[in-house]
Amino acid sequence: MPAWAVVALPLVLAALTYSAAAMDAVFRTGDGLVAPLRECARLIVQQRRRTYMPDLLLVRIGVISLPAAALLAAMVIPIDGRGVWDLSVGVVWFNAMEVVAWASLWLTGWGVNSVFPLVGGYRFLAQGLAYELPHMFALITAGLAAGSLDFGEVAAAQDGLWFVVWMPVAFAVYLLSALAMTFWGPLGHPVAGDLAGGVAAELSGPDRLLFFAGRFALLTVAAAAAVPLFLGGGAGPWLPGWAWSLIKTYAVLALLVWVRGRFPVIRMDRFMDVAWMVLIPATLLQALVVGIVVVS
Amino acid sequence: METVAFWVLAVAAVGFGVAVFVVDSMARATFALLASFLCVGVELLLLDLDYLGVLVILMMIMEMLIMAVFMIMYMMNPGGLMPMTMVHNNRGALAISIGVFTALAAGIFLTPWPPRRGTVPADPTFSVGQAIMGPKMLVMMVIGIAILATMIASVVLATDRGRYDRPSHREDGAK
Amino acid sequence: MNLEVFLLLAAALFSVGLYGALSQQSIVMLMMGLELMINALLVAGAAFWFYVSPGTPDGQVLVLVAVTVMALEMAMGFAVITALFRTRDVDMTDEAGHLKG
Repeated sequence: MPAWAVVALPLVLAALTYSAAAMDAVFRTGDGLVAPLRECARLIVQQRRRTYMPDLLLVRIGVISLPAAALLAAMVIPIDGRGVWDLSVGVVWFNAMEVVAWASLWLTGWGVNSVFPLVGGYRFLAQGLAYELPHMFALITAGLAAGSLDFGEVAAAQDGLWFVVWMPVAFAVYLLSALAMTFWGPLGHPVAGDLAGGVAAELSGPDRLLFFAGRFALLTVAAAAAVPLFLGGGAGPWLPGWAWSLIKTYAVLALLVWVRGRFPVIRMDRFMDVAWMVLIPATLLQALVVGIVVVS
Repeated sequence: METVAFWVLAVAAVGFGVAVFVVDSMARATFALLASFLCVGVELLLLDLDYLGVLVILMMIMEMLIMAVFMIMYMMNPGGLMPMTMVHNNRGALAISIGVFTALAAGIFLTPWPPRRGTVPADPTFSVGQAIMGPKMLVMMVIGIAILATMIASVVLATDRGRYDRPSHREDGAK
Repeated sequence: MNLEVFLLLAAALFSVGLYGALSQQSIVMLMMGLELMINALLVAGAAFWFYVSPGTPDGQVLVLVAVTVMALEMAMGFAVITALFRTRDVDMTDEAGHLKG
């Protein structure tokens, strides 16, 4: 990868993140495309609210690590065949970076020294334990079919048939866990209204901006990773590879964003029941089917 | 470049390790330990162990977050708002660990290490995968059984109800 | 970089962990010391693999086992603390001297 790609990646991610926020504004509140810009400006100039005796170091780490993790995860996702960082175990790296959200939420919730954010942080840990195993099995299933943990090779392995066609369970679980890892929509229990905003309740000003921008960025990266994992990467007629990658990313992203506000929030303990009793067996069966196909 | 990275990460790993036992706040102690692990994970990446390095990063983030919950549950003064020390035999422990370090360091530099045999495979991940699914399969099977035993044993130890008790929050005994 | 400096790093981590395991009164802090010692094992195992016998994957398997052992140690440790705390309201090593309940 040329050096300019390293510079371009944050810009591309920022543009995609902005469009995710804009889509959210259009779908949910009916505001225009400039609504996120207005919100950004408002948060930048807003005065910071201080809680009593916060652990500011931990809050800063928590808030900054969310967009940072999204950017680091984006480094291995291929746009046109290869990612910026050509890591042979890109899928595991992506997984590791998206787990950073656990730390981000817990640190933010703990550090501000306030009840509701702390409860939100604990909620996200419970939700994390619920979604992580099915999510890992979904990732492994795609890796198993491709015989590689490299995003580029996983995408290349779907030359004839996209993985979404013959591993629909893994794809559905992946999308669900994408919602869970970004505490988005129905799985937004850690930042739900019953906690007055949960983890983010005490965040204000630039902290709040970074936190929610990081969440949109994570959602974007999760959507972008679905493309090489299940949707054939850059494969498609007429257009070049990067264009198809972008179009598919937008399609997945639009679906994920649209879900917000369409479904009620699921309590994390109920989600835990479903995840361990339905999703894990389902993904294991899916992996078994894929394994049999690969071996035979 | 790699040498610089090694030394920076090594100093950071040990520094964060020391910080675990120095800071007052339990949350900070847990995350200092996590930072030490992350440094070690990147050190493994420097040794061409892509998979194991990233695996250490992935597992340690999850593990330390769960650890933080228990740390705060079982420690008084979890936020570190008051200074405190909870140590016994501090001098003895310090002396022993410095002695051990000196002995290990002496051993490291005095031992004639064997010369390098073989070369790094093109894809170390592939070779470890083949090993645990082939000649080293027994190791993985033992690990699998150990994990299962740990899951059962830890649930049995940690739960507050016996085999025939119903969950306390359900009066009707459903679920 | 060579084998010696990696082993030196491992020795340093091991000694710090040993200090923690010996000196801390709280069982959770003691476990953090143990984790640091296993952390040192990871470094040493990986360094031996890379600098002594990279041709065979034994060193990598050792690291894999160490990572798993670390997770198991933590799970069992917390289960034991929870059981101890539930029956005796104890979370310090000094008070858990005898095993008889």
